Amino acid sequence: MDQIKLEENFQAKLDRNEMIEPKDWMPENYRKHLIRQISQHAHSEIIGMLPEGNWITRAPSMRRKIVLLAKVQDEAGHGLYLYSAAESMGISRDELLDQLHTGKAKYSSIFNYPTLTWSDIGAVGWLVDGAAIMNQVMLQRTSYGPYARAMVRICKEESFHQRQGFEIMQVLAKGTPEQKAMAQDSLNRWWWPSLMMFGPADDNSPNSANALKWKIKRESNDQLRQRFVNQTVPQVEYLGLTVPDKDLKWNEEKKGYDFGEVNWEEFYNVIKGNGPCNKERLSAKVQSHKDGAWVREAANAYAAKKNKVAAA
Amino acid sequence: MTMSTAQDTQGLLWEVFVQSKPGQPHKHSGSVHAHDKEMALQNARDLYCRRSEGTNIWVVPASEIVASSPEDIGSFFEPSNDKVYRHPTFYHVPEGITHM
Repeated sequence: MDQIKLEENFQAKLDRNEMIEPKDWMPENYRKHLIRQISQHAHSEIIGMLPEGNWITRAPSMRRKIVLLAKVQDEAGHGLYLYSAAESMGISRDELLDQLHTGKAKYSSIFNYPTLTWSDIGAVGWLVDGAAIMNQVMLQRTSYGPYARAMVRICKEESFHQRQGFEIMQVLAKGTPEQKAMAQDSLNRWWWPSLMMFGPADDNSPNSANALKWKIKRESNDQLRQRFVNQTVPQVEYLGLTVPDKDLKWNEEKKGYDFGEVNWEEFYNVIKGNGPCNKERLSAKVQSHKDGAWVREAANAYAAKKNKVAAA
Repeated sequence: MTMSTAQDTQGLLWEVFVQSKPGQPHKHSGSVHAHDKEMALQNARDLYCRRSEGTNIWVVPASEIVASSPEDIGSFFEPSNDKVYRHPTFYHVPEGITHM
């Protein structure tokens, strides 16, 4: 079959809402787009363990500590589900890690912000996981089978993450004036970066057209961002806190909130590597990979020795 | 498919199949990397069964799996398409006959 015919069949399949599986024919750009997106997603789960891991030893109670440990372990799991989905497109785990370690692959910019106080752990679970869930619920119906299946698994596990974050915020917001101020401070610092997680505005998003055509995404960045604001503002009100946006206002006509402009300059600046923690995050990841090298070497040597004994 | 040029230090790729409860068939969950069978099984448990998702796990080296090709879907499954008499709906059951 010639290229044009193959591409027509491929698009027709997508238009019938059929899934694409690893061995199916796919355009090279579809493969590239997904390897980029899935690996970026996987790297985000892994790098996302760093700001939260930062508080495991300082969690205020045993209950909070075991919950946070379980959450961070889940993030590792989510990274591995996603690496596994990316590998089904013909790229190796080592290659994926290499791209992260050399800075060739990106991860979500949100993790380049620091977790300065305990209430930041609440804000991360509530807002950052909340924004991620919004995106991931949509991706459960993404067109590439292994990615969609990984998303179903991840979404099942994520809602505990968001609830434990909200619980932390609730306790602080109803606590002493100092605790409430700490919660408000976290909301002030995490609100806008959370809105940035949905990506550039629709009229400035280079990858969006293909993502929608190929049914990788089914909703635009701005649609998801709007839904996140609509769902989260009542939660902020419940906590008795204030959204740090003077332009935030209910719009009866669109049955949603109008909100201020995201600081896109900051967004692109953090992507470029100039966020508060970019260097720290990447060097921590590279260091832990290096520190683990002897384990991988030992496991390889042990497996080789056992194979030799079995063959003899 | 693009082939990796990075050096492989992550061990073999294993496909993981989990049985959700006794009596159910094993279902594909995803894959793990491991250097040997025991490690593959333990990694699969840690990764795919953190919330009592399973009662049994199979791990299989991904390279040992033989799969049919999507391009051959027509000719490969064709033999089963023209044998309608394998389905109960092919047969006429007279009015009044039950339990059949």
